[in-house]
Amino acid sequence: MRVYLDNAATTAMDDRVVEAMIPYMKEHYGNPSSVHSHGRQVRSAIEKSRKKVAELLNASPAEIFFTSGGTEADNTAIVCGIETHGITHAITSPIEHHAVLHTLEECAKKGKVKLSLVEVNDKGEINLNHLQELLKSNPNSLVSLMHANNEIGNINDLNAIGNMVKEYQGFFHSDTVQTMGHYVHDLKNLPVDSIVAGGHKFHGPKGSGFLYVKKDRKIHPFIYGGAQERNMRGGTENVIGIVGISKALELAYEDMSGHQSHIEGLKKHFIELLKSDIPGVEFNGLSEDLDKSLYTVLNVSLPPSEENRGMLLFNLDLHGISASGGSACSSGATVGSHVLRALNHDYERESVRFSFSRFNTKEEIEYTVEKLKELYGVAV
Amino acid sequence: MEIKTNYSTVTGIDPIVPEIIYLDNNATTPLDPRVLKAKMPFLTENYANAASTHKFGVSAHEAVKQARQQVADLIGADTHEIIFTSGATEAINLAIKGVAEAYSNRGKHIVTVSTEHSAVLDTCKYLETKGYEVTYLPVQSDGLLNLEVVKSAIRTDTILVSVMHVNNETGVIQDIKAISQLAHEKGVIFMSDATQSVGKIPVNVDDLGIDLMTFSGHKIYGPKGVGALYIRQRQNRIKIPALLHGGGHERGLRSGTLNVPGIVGLGKACELAGKEMDDSAERIREMRDFLENELLKIEGTWINGNRENRLYNVTNIGFEGVDSEALIMGLSNPESDEPMIVVSNGSACTAASIDPSHVLIAMGLDEVRAFNCIRFSLGKSISKEILGSVKLILFCRIEHLKSMAS
Repeated sequence: MRVYLDNAATTAMDDRVVEAMIPYMKEHYGNPSSVHSHGRQVRSAIEKSRKKVAELLNASPAEIFFTSGGTEADNTAIVCGIETHGITHAITSPIEHHAVLHTLEECAKKGKVKLSLVEVNDKGEINLNHLQELLKSNPNSLVSLMHANNEIGNINDLNAIGNMVKEYQGFFHSDTVQTMGHYVHDLKNLPVDSIVAGGHKFHGPKGSGFLYVKKDRKIHPFIYGGAQERNMRGGTENVIGIVGISKALELAYEDMSGHQSHIEGLKKHFIELLKSDIPGVEFNGLSEDLDKSLYTVLNVSLPPSEENRGMLLFNLDLHGISASGGSACSSGATVGSHVLRALNHDYERESVRFSFSRFNTKEEIEYTVEKLKELYGVAV
Repeated sequence: MEIKTNYSTVTGIDPIVPEIIYLDNNATTPLDPRVLKAKMPFLTENYANAASTHKFGVSAHEAVKQARQQVADLIGADTHEIIFTSGATEAINLAIKGVAEAYSNRGKHIVTVSTEHSAVLDTCKYLETKGYEVTYLPVQSDGLLNLEVVKSAIRTDTILVSVMHVNNETGVIQDIKAISQLAHEKGVIFMSDATQSVGKIPVNVDDLGIDLMTFSGHKIYGPKGVGALYIRQRQNRIKIPALLHGGGHERGLRSGTLNVPGIVGLGKACELAGKEMDDSAERIREMRDFLENELLKIEGTWINGNRENRLYNVTNIGFEGVDSEALIMGLSNPESDEPMIVVSNGSACTAASIDPSHVLIAMGLDEVRAFNCIRFSLGKSISKEILGSVKLILFCRIEHLKSMAS
């Protein structure tokens, strides 16, 4: 049995997304910037996609810019947000994705901003009082705090944070890569200045993403060359990716509550089985709390075990179960998860991030728990 | 702009000619079906994140590794010298901004050419706002650089010379080997935007003396949304900082989840280009020459760019008294019952602009004449029958436009 429980790393494309993309890999191959009708046809597909994305997010098409993925979108918002708005101080948290954290560290290293980290507790919760203190002493800061954490699933209250940033005239960017397509983003009412998406996190294509920037908070381009994306992003548009990501978002919104209840059911079932079958099991961050964490992520902390020390993921893999220790983006690194480190995680314990999608089944969850029981020598 | 006139139907069009005749292959190319086939498994069942350590992820990583080899082989590079990006434009931004930042202790002067693609020019203009000085070299009337001019432009504080290999609008091929030598003699890094040459003519980074080189998939029958930066890592190693920060992919030089299907597609496109380059070059050159010679029969036509040092698939022709935009629109009018002919007047990337081609202006054309020019860029599916019809349709349209103008 092959069980894919690494959907926070990437997801399978929905067949309907592939289907929507195919014509643009075959007959509609024109360059969308060309003036001839062959190119204009393709341009119209891009603009339709932009309109679709804007509609779903309750934004204006002029606020949506297509990028090569979430990382480029995060980099653009942060680097150019700082540059455009004359920002000299930035605030983020130690458990952000590296696309945010490393970008801001780089800006700080170059002397563009002074960087402050807001405190998080051992559950990964942001200390909002501390955030307010930081904002009070540094108005007009760029604040970059993610909507939901990719490793432990904690969901931040964007309304509370956004309103606070607004109060101190800051620029609020949120990395929404893990929530886009899984939660509703109503951008007319959400107090954010910019958010991002990576298509492959919600059954769309890799190499596609977008950046939303609020109309009155315009920023400079990041990649120069060509007038594409209304001068915001040079480079021949990845039409196939753009058509794919908008289709994926459309499908996500078509039955979001249906997907949510299915996946949440799996997560709940998983938690119950683990708690009853594996003695000493715990959950990292808030991932056990269904109301405060992503329904797609469960970060399991297993008791110390000689047999599985450093080998648990490998052992699961041998049984056909794909999961991860943290972010795939740094999985090659030996330093371990910076998120768990910030949570003062006990390294004697083994941590596994299981992440689910609408394509997972109850059987897969039960199979995984069975294998965990075997690996932990729990009588079957 | 659309001209609604009833044309008399052009007679003599070969019945086998397709409805759409695509002669804009320098803007973008159709995906080769074999490339699509290679990509397909990675769009469907093999969807893993190439950075994941589980078996599933490793299989995606292996596919990327193979693609990197295919790309490296085409340009005579080592695999660790290839950085995958979202396209040539991103690669150009990464390379130029990267060199500017990493080598600013040596100086803040960059030399490039007035006929470069806007990806290079706009990036250089951005750097000018950051305290860098840029020399935009003039070209001769045939589009070629004068080597003496290049030589005298390189100063002690020059850190980068960036010259495109093949011009996208005229197909003019610069003498990269000689130019890189001039840069290296003065200890300056040499970069080339080779988006229009890689996969079409032999490009070997060692033979040409290239330190940094950029190119993309969609110009060589590969996918849009993927490209690469070559960065020299052997002798005279180039060290630049990343443009995109994050998970540290691509050896820290380009973060972001790898676009596995795109990368696999680029690899396959490079492999095919390498294998089939010689055959298609010869065939396409013959076709281009045929079309060019036929069109030159029209009174008041001329060729832009040096005809000897020119890519075999391009001809940039001026038609005196003809508004190129009107001609392009008319040729691609979907309501016409003639085959649609897809051509362009310069770079697609600046097509929205109302200014004349900066390339042709740099070659000494006045605005009026620059607006008379059409770029025909042929692809590998071209045939003599198709071009015969193209000729007939063009004769008719041009005559019509001229009669309207007079």
